[in-house]
Amino acid sequence: MHSTAVVPRRTPVDWWRRLNSGLHAESAAPIGGRLAIALLFLPPALLLFTLLVALPMAEAGWYSFFRWNGYGSPTEFVGLRNFRLLLDNADFRTALFNNGLIIAVSLLVQLPLALGLAVLLADRLRGTDAYRLIFFMPFVLAEIAAGLIWRFVYDGDYGLIAKVWTLFGATPPQVLAEPELAMAAILVVVVWKYFGFHMVLYVAGLQQIDRSLYEAARIDGASVWQTFTRVTVPLLAPTIRLSVFFAILGSFQLFDLVMPLTKGGPSNSTQTMVTYLYNFGVTRMQIGFGSAVGVVLFVICVTFAFGYKRLLMRHD
Amino acid sequence: MNRSTLLVAVAGLWVSLLSSAQAATVRWLHIEQNPEVAAFYADVARRFEAANPGTTVELQYLENESFKKKLTTLLQSPDRPNIIYSWAGGVLREQVKAGVIEDITVPINNGWRERFNPAALNLYTINDRVYGVPMLTSQVGFYYNKDLFAKAGIDGNAIKSWADLIGAVKKLQTAGITPIITGGGDKWPLHFYWSHLAIRIGGKPAFDAALRGEGKGFASETFVRAGELFKELADLKPFQAGYLAATYPQSAGQFGDGKGAMMLMLNGLLNTMKTNAADKVGIPDDKLGWFPFPSVPGGKGAADDTLGGMNGWLVTKGSPKEAAEFLKFFTEAQNQRIAAERGYYVPVVNGASEAVKRPLLRTVAENVSHSKYHQLFYDQMLGPSVGAVVNDISADLAAGRVSPADAANKVQQAWQQAN
Repeated sequence: MHSTAVVPRRTPVDWWRRLNSGLHAESAAPIGGRLAIALLFLPPALLLFTLLVALPMAEAGWYSFFRWNGYGSPTEFVGLRNFRLLLDNADFRTALFNNGLIIAVSLLVQLPLALGLAVLLADRLRGTDAYRLIFFMPFVLAEIAAGLIWRFVYDGDYGLIAKVWTLFGATPPQVLAEPELAMAAILVVVVWKYFGFHMVLYVAGLQQIDRSLYEAARIDGASVWQTFTRVTVPLLAPTIRLSVFFAILGSFQLFDLVMPLTKGGPSNSTQTMVTYLYNFGVTRMQIGFGSAVGVVLFVICVTFAFGYKRLLMRHD
Repeated sequence: MNRSTLLVAVAGLWVSLLSSAQAATVRWLHIEQNPEVAAFYADVARRFEAANPGTTVELQYLENESFKKKLTTLLQSPDRPNIIYSWAGGVLREQVKAGVIEDITVPINNGWRERFNPAALNLYTINDRVYGVPMLTSQVGFYYNKDLFAKAGIDGNAIKSWADLIGAVKKLQTAGITPIITGGGDKWPLHFYWSHLAIRIGGKPAFDAALRGEGKGFASETFVRAGELFKELADLKPFQAGYLAATYPQSAGQFGDGKGAMMLMLNGLLNTMKTNAADKVGIPDDKLGWFPFPSVPGGKGAADDTLGGMNGWLVTKGSPKEAAEFLKFFTEAQNQRIAAERGYYVPVVNGASEAVKRPLLRTVAENVSHSKYHQLFYDQMLGPSVGAVVNDISADLAAGRVSPADAANKVQQAWQQAN
């Protein structure tokens, strides 16, 4: 949970890609050699994966059927009660809605912004490196640190917002204290924090596009917009699909940016699924219930990841 | 290093290795942020070691919130600390039920019990077995800024009833002063309002009846009425701007900076205000007033019933007997008097609280010792899951996002689910 961010760990993609390339390569290389290498290198990774990923996930699945406070071993089997309570819970529905909101903003604001900046900065001109560095910087920052910085920015008494508002003689808003404003404030930070990552992805993708295509388009008299929609976007499509994948998966897992900003408050209006899990599962010593949240989150993420791969990234 | 010191060092090493057979290490996990208090703990530990050669007391520290969240896992690890901090109440019940806490009834009955007020020790007693010892007590009440009260023409000592409080809030607002500061982002500072109102309205019988599940439990008239009165206050918008996002330390600092006139808080505020005020002083003692939570007309609770804490220490399962011995040493009146004299906290050991000199703490010490009903914080007493719901509904009531009846129902539902 600690390392969750809008950009997820790369493992699923890498794993998938490696598996694919492995299968393709296998048909070309002698099978015996491949097998020996697999037998040699697979066990440590497999062991770690089993111990640290698969086993805890299976355990969480098991715990989700119990009412359990975390002491001893779970004994009170309650069937699907935790899931029923979860779906009846208004705060969990808010969390789900907020996750949807984060996805929407990521896709509709963050990615277009990242793409626009990438197009501007893709050419090897003087100064583009500096801009790329600046735009990428928020992504390098630790989530907790970024959250705390923005908490100061939003502070209505001593923060940047307060200073700007009082400069114009207005009463500064208490952004993080207003249930209606707090979520918007978090969305701003999410966009700020992660657009740089997507921008760098796009810059890398853009640099692989053959320059001569642009030249040809120019000779054919294509406008800037036409060049963008007919050359850039289609050729960048694999990168865009990958960045959409990252953005959505990361949005589901958003946690450590929200905690220092609002802890899910005020009045649980800024919970995401993971902060909900933490606040209602771990903090309240309802490990069974928290596990049920984890299972729901896991099912959503896995369904999305595999569905998306199958439908949209088949040829990438 | 010359030859002889080397020799002594090697000899010392051997002696310590040989004696380690009967030597014991006591790992003592505390949550004290104040470096002065931590130094006091360390000093007691060193003196215990000196009096018991071969025993080592190791101090370990975790921040309050991390401590609460890590504890469940920590207690089930073979590396668990031997002595841990506790707020008694629901969490202690769960821990005892899980069998991770040592029963210290035998040493307690061996000339240790007499040191404690029976009511205090009772909070660490489950089914006649004693599982821990109380160290400090605290009381929730209104701290107020005397200068701001004077400016609005209010006498803090004259606030006796809920109506008086409402009147004071209105007067302060007319004078252009923010009446109340609170750390609503942490939620629990707001639950003092709801729970203290319930204590004034229904007294001990109402709470005990709810615990036993009689009638409508926490959805009964007492708790709905508490929500209504709290809403009456919240409707006046008495809190500072942005209170729903303010943490407790932040709000303590705001109070210390004179941003508002009152704050309903534990006496721990005196320390927290000092560290978080812009000038690192806050309001000096002579400018700081205190009055107990106002009474409610027709309420069944006595005006001197108190709400607060009774925090102490537990010995974890499988710890060496030295752990309890250390606690016995630590709770000796002469050791607790040091904390009292220096004004760190209000100790509960007999013969120690008398040493509290600071007038603002003195009041608390006297109130709690005279109180016939000292209610532990609801959020601790009811256990982690129900306690969190109480905190949630208190914040929602303040924000006007839940009705008093729905708030009480939510607590009752959570209580039924958890028990």
